[in-house]
Amino acid sequence: MAELAETAHAVAEHSAEGQTVQEYIQHHLSFLTYGRNPLDGTWGIAHTPEEAADMGFWAVHVDTLGWSVVLGAAFLLFFRYVGKRATTDTPGGIQNFVESVFEFVEARVSEAFVHKNPLIGPLALTIFVWVLLMNTMDIIPVDWLTGLASLVGEYVFGLEHMSFKVVPTTDVNITMGMSVSIFALIIYYSIKMKGLGGFLAELAFHPFGKWMLPFNLIIEVPTLLAKPISLGLRLFGNLYAGELLFLLIASMLGAYQLPAHFLWAGFHLLVIPLQAFVFMMLTIVYLNAAHESHAH
Amino acid sequence: MDFNLTFIGQSIAFFVFWWFCQRYVWPLFVNILEERRVKIADGLEAAARAMKDLELAQAKSTDQLKEAKVEAAGIIDLANKRGSQIVDEAKEQAKVEGKRIIAGAQAEIEQEVNRAKESLRAQVSAIAIAGAEKILEGSIDQAANEDMLNKLASEL
Repeated sequence: MAELAETAHAVAEHSAEGQTVQEYIQHHLSFLTYGRNPLDGTWGIAHTPEEAADMGFWAVHVDTLGWSVVLGAAFLLFFRYVGKRATTDTPGGIQNFVESVFEFVEARVSEAFVHKNPLIGPLALTIFVWVLLMNTMDIIPVDWLTGLASLVGEYVFGLEHMSFKVVPTTDVNITMGMSVSIFALIIYYSIKMKGLGGFLAELAFHPFGKWMLPFNLIIEVPTLLAKPISLGLRLFGNLYAGELLFLLIASMLGAYQLPAHFLWAGFHLLVIPLQAFVFMMLTIVYLNAAHESHAH
Repeated sequence: MDFNLTFIGQSIAFFVFWWFCQRYVWPLFVNILEERRVKIADGLEAAARAMKDLELAQAKSTDQLKEAKVEAAGIIDLANKRGSQIVDEAKEQAKVEGKRIIAGAQAEIEQEVNRAKESLRAQVSAIAIAGAEKILEGSIDQAANEDMLNKLASEL
């Protein structure tokens, strides 16, 4: 570790741009934030990470939310475009690809979701492709879009060192936004399928029966709450770690970074679809459990 | 790592995209795959039916071939019989014709013989008269001897 730190220092001191490793990574890990200035109440883009942090809740990460919406819309419009032009004859290349994605998701849903709910299929498809696309942004070399955006920020908007994060799933707001939405769906379907009483009874009378009620609550409530948290943080953690390693490679390995990038990108190619798949599968499984009513 | 409006924005985006997907994307592919499934099922069924038809047609053609062979053998038999019959008839006709020709020829020969006898008789009687004339050196009354000569001639 000491050696690594030494290398980091050495690279940082000899950095051509005069940017230290810490500054480089800090720059890459902060967001392009639009929000309300707490001092005068005006809305605008934060010029420094500190300013962004001061905005507190009343701020939007324009970069990650923007990419998230762009990618989600691109996915849906593309699928709709292909679906509109699709034929029932021998499908062509693009149609074949989209259909195989659809069939893959549909097969997972029919395997893991045993109840009747026509909304779960579309939900799983949306989650899988959307998260996959957001994760895939991690493959784009770390400085391309961020560097381009910095130039645009500097010369068009006059913002020095403008931050621009391109991987939405490295923003905990994005992953938790989805997982908490799914948590809301879990609650909604639990109450819809079992009734409020049934849902509460499940928390109170499982697994040990009604004489162990407090104990049951201690087990069941954290289990329930852990679902959205683990779902969101798993995705965030994997992608954040991946991104951070790319940044470390880019900032500390100098000329050796190319093979290291390739190696890590190779591993990351496995992580990207795997995390999208896990996110989708867990959503299906959680919602399946929410539809299940236990007979007492 | 602070939570802010991005969280709310992403949640809204999530529900909007989900709604859009279930309304405008998912049904397209469900329909297409279902249509194709039906089409393929129909195609397979048609293929099975065609196979059955082919089998039936093959069986039918085999039967017809067999029938045709039997029929052909019958026709050949009949033809052979008819042929030998014609030959027999021809032989019969030829025999009859031959006999008729032979009979005609015999009748002609008889006629010829009679005609020759007739002329020979006339000539002999003439020769006899001439001979007698010479022998008698005189003029014998031809009329007086006519009966005798005729008698002589008929005796020849």
